[in-house]
Amino acid sequence: MLKIDCPFCGPRDEAEFRCGGESHIQRPGPHDAVSDAQWADYLYMRQNPLGWHFERWLHAAGCRQWFNLARHTVTHEVRVVYAMTAPKPQVEATEVRS
Amino acid sequence: MSQAFRSSQGGRIDRSRPLRFRFDGREYTGYVGDTLASALLANGVRVTGRSFKYHRPRGLMAAGFEEANTLVQLESGARTQPNLRATQIELYDGLEARAVNCWPNARHDVFGFFQLLKPFWPAGFYYKTFMAPSWHLYEPAIRHGAGLGVSPKLADPDVYDKCHAQADVIVVGAGPSGLAAAIAAARDGASVVLVDDKPALGGSLQYEPGLVEGLPAADWLKAREDEIRSLPNIRVLGCTTAFGYYDHNHLLANELLPAGGTSPRQRLWKIRGRQIVLATGALERPLVFPNNDRPGVMLAGAALQYLHRHGVLPGRRVAIATNNDSAYAVAFELRKAGVEVVQIADSRGGQPAPLAQAQVLGIPVTMTCAPTDTRGRSGLQRVELHDVNGQGQAQPGTGRWLDADVLLVSGGWNPTVHLFSQSGGALRFDDQQQAFVPHRLAQAGHLVGAAAGQAERDIAVEAARVAGRDAAANRIVRELAPVASTAQAALWSVNVEAIGRGPSKSWVDFASDSTESDLRLSARENFVSVEHFKRYTTTGMMTDQGKTSNVNAIGILSGVLGKAPGEVGTTRFRPPFNPVTFGAIAGRNVGAYYRPLRQLAAQEAHDAAGAKMEDYGAWMRPAFYPQAGEQESATIHREVLAVRSGVGILDYSPLGKILVQGPDAAEFLTRVYVNNVRTLKVGACRYGLMLGEDGIVKDDGVLTRWSENSYLVGTTSGQADRIVEWMEEWLQCEWVDLDVTVESVTTQWAVVMLAGPKAREVLSRLDSGIDLAAAAFPHMSAREGRIGDVPVRVARVSFTGELGYEISVPWQYGLSLWNALLEAGKPLGIIPFGIESLMVMRTEKGFLHVGSDTDGLTLPQDVGFGAIIDKKPEDFIGRRTTMTPDGRRTDRRQLVGLAPVDGASLLPVGGHVVDAAFKAASGHTQGWVTSSFMSPTLGRPVALALVERGRERLGEQVQVFDGGKLLPAKIVSMTAYDPEGERLRM
Ligand SMILES: [Zn+2]
Repeated sequence: MLKIDCPFCGPRDEAEFRCGGESHIQRPGPHDAVSDAQWADYLYMRQNPLGWHFERWLHAAGCRQWFNLARHTVTHEVRVVYAMTAPKPQVEATEVRS
Repeated sequence: MSQAFRSSQGGRIDRSRPLRFRFDGREYTGYVGDTLASALLANGVRVTGRSFKYHRPRGLMAAGFEEANTLVQLESGARTQPNLRATQIELYDGLEARAVNCWPNARHDVFGFFQLLKPFWPAGFYYKTFMAPSWHLYEPAIRHGAGLGVSPKLADPDVYDKCHAQADVIVVGAGPSGLAAAIAAARDGASVVLVDDKPALGGSLQYEPGLVEGLPAADWLKAREDEIRSLPNIRVLGCTTAFGYYDHNHLLANELLPAGGTSPRQRLWKIRGRQIVLATGALERPLVFPNNDRPGVMLAGAALQYLHRHGVLPGRRVAIATNNDSAYAVAFELRKAGVEVVQIADSRGGQPAPLAQAQVLGIPVTMTCAPTDTRGRSGLQRVELHDVNGQGQAQPGTGRWLDADVLLVSGGWNPTVHLFSQSGGALRFDDQQQAFVPHRLAQAGHLVGAAAGQAERDIAVEAARVAGRDAAANRIVRELAPVASTAQAALWSVNVEAIGRGPSKSWVDFASDSTESDLRLSARENFVSVEHFKRYTTTGMMTDQGKTSNVNAIGILSGVLGKAPGEVGTTRFRPPFNPVTFGAIAGRNVGAYYRPLRQLAAQEAHDAAGAKMEDYGAWMRPAFYPQAGEQESATIHREVLAVRSGVGILDYSPLGKILVQGPDAAEFLTRVYVNNVRTLKVGACRYGLMLGEDGIVKDDGVLTRWSENSYLVGTTSGQADRIVEWMEEWLQCEWVDLDVTVESVTTQWAVVMLAGPKAREVLSRLDSGIDLAAAAFPHMSAREGRIGDVPVRVARVSFTGELGYEISVPWQYGLSLWNALLEAGKPLGIIPFGIESLMVMRTEKGFLHVGSDTDGLTLPQDVGFGAIIDKKPEDFIGRRTTMTPDGRRTDRRQLVGLAPVDGASLLPVGGHVVDAAFKAASGHTQGWVTSSFMSPTLGRPVALALVERGRERLGEQVQVFDGGKLLPAKIVSMTAYDPEGERLRM
């Protein structure tokens, strides 16, 4: 179980949170100005990286606030926790083992 | 029966406190301090179980977690537990156990003939044999023959707890290295949790001879125990097995508490450590040779444990087969205890260090020698030895038989790396030690002692102190340096080909009953990956997770595949390290505490009225209110007719209610709803749909505008929490510029649905100050008033098709409102009605029920919202998906009504709609029935169905296929009752 440092409440068990998947996805719109391909890309295409993944989490059983974090998909290390509206941070490259 | 194999002295047992117990129906005695296993051994019980597949007689082969043969059903009735290892059960007075997987008992097992089938039962046998037409056909019979224990049939009377803890340093294992690490960390000020599965500290110090740092083991241990008592920052959890090492140093451990008394039976610990030090020791490997599973063949280290921990002698005439030095010490200790050690067969060449002492003690040692067969009815009587060469190949013409009742084997030691592997740590095959040792760490921690491959006790203890201090200082170690060790020679199996025999009875995994020939066969069948070998041969797949078999299997495969063991690789170990009962995992969340109870404000009135309560997702709600002796269908029939002709009330409190407020509330709801929201006036209601971004219908309900910037969103009762969370996600993550708040007020307002042509008359008898006249208060509008001091909100909406009001009061007035309406309606024949009757009425009326009439493919245009979308200029969640080529397909399934042609047959929900010409049972489905009831109002069945091109096929005759039968039906309008809607406008 991950330990997640909620920016509002402090470190808590993962059981209190819900993962909302990849963050920084721009919703295209309005509907009549979006191609099928753009829409499909927005709906379904995700990064699935081996390495740092920028994702959004909800502290569902706590402050009920969304925030972003960078999690390493191999080690599950959580490196940076940052605000929903903040830009994607730079995270140093880490040796990846699989 | 006396304890014939009890030593005259020694062991950490209390000989003044005998305990009586029963095993397989026979009575025995043991002592306080025994395990069930040691007590059985003391009583000379040799056959303690039957093997999993072939029902071969088996005996105790180990003394701890790794015991693969002796699984028992402990106790009977509600407290029975299946598949416990006899080696892990502390003996208590009156204990009753029987061997699993045999009938009537382990000594005489009727399934023993299975072993005669052995040649027909190779690796992958199940996969190859029982596949046509379906495995499920064979499974019950096979499970009966090859099953393990049985789960309890009665409710568990005991209580299980969960505890959370955190520590700077968690130490797993209280052997010499674990103790040294824990004390060193605590001395540096760290908070320490020390976890060990045994009731007493010390680990191997409990049974291994010799000195620790110049002191006798017992004295050294006593000093450490005193030290721990003096350190308040060490918490010791005894009888607690760490079984799971998860992300971010989250350790799960299970504490067993003494039976009886008032405490819980077990406690599940969830401990978060800044660092975790693993001092989990090492597990001994058996030797693989023909008939190595005969009762009496035991791990050498296990014999030492039985001798010194429990004062039990493994046998009278002991032979030892080894490929390393550790078994010599066992021989010496047995000899000291008066046991005859008839032979040490050492597969190595040369002059091992303990050879001289063996000669001094007069123990015969033969080098380059290994066992090749065993004999003996119900237990070992003779062992065959052959000379072997450096590759472990038995040499022809060198065989001889030896009389022995016990053969102790040692194939070398594996660091116990299960928790380390679970943590994500990587192993490395160490050529020097001929074992997989921990290499790269994935999480913050250390490994010490035998778990780190450290065989020298004093060096290990000193290294553990350093590790303890490092852990206290939160120093991060990424990679373990190789430890110095003497070179070990592997003996993965004794090869008997040269003497004209095969490995079909050379057992590798005793628990899953798989042999060296199974491994060789799967290699011949071209399996390459170790993960595939494991699954195909089931090696390592049983509850012991291959503790004694995995590395031998990899060693054998390395020979077969011509690869080094490190290249063959290991499988990843998974939690739990040791089986955990479901009771411990469930904890207190059982029965009434399974989930929080949500109770209606008027529950007391429902109970008094005899409501049949049913589980509707989050809530228990009245399904209907049967009168004495009344059947369900008759009750629903009566309730529906009473509402249609008079008036009824239904507790509608679980209705999801979300307050959406703020200057941008209208803008936000415009983006959330399929419907046009901007045109909704204050005091008006609108029925609407919400979609996911994938276009699928997510929820429906009535939206009410209470003031300029305040809306109340109605959702289906099970969805309210999820919809609030979903709205929050849009507001916090996507539309951060909108000034809107959303708040669930579901349980702030109790709601009563009042429905029927006499609803207005009933409501008018409560003085709410609201003008109820049809012109002043039309359908789809809402008004606020007061009944006395109590604020009341009334929405004129209908889910029954009748004139209806949903009346809301603050939750604590829910019961009063319910009673007041019943009282007011009494002269008009008012009745309470339940959800089932409501469902019948909404189906008669053709009102959509999301989740019943929609599924994971239903777009809004499929349920009649196409025109509404066309008229709306703005974007909304999911809109773009409704416009994709799939959304524009002309053959989409659309929600329509369906009527049986005979006017009488109830169409089955889930029945497939096929065209009138359809004959056979396989073919293209055009849709299916989603809701279907016998309509009390119309006196005929009504149904809704999702049907391809349904709306353009009104009037067409189709058939409904169900269970091989075809029912003719006609596609009709969704609205069977009051199609003009006159009753809503009354
Ligand atoms: Zn929080």
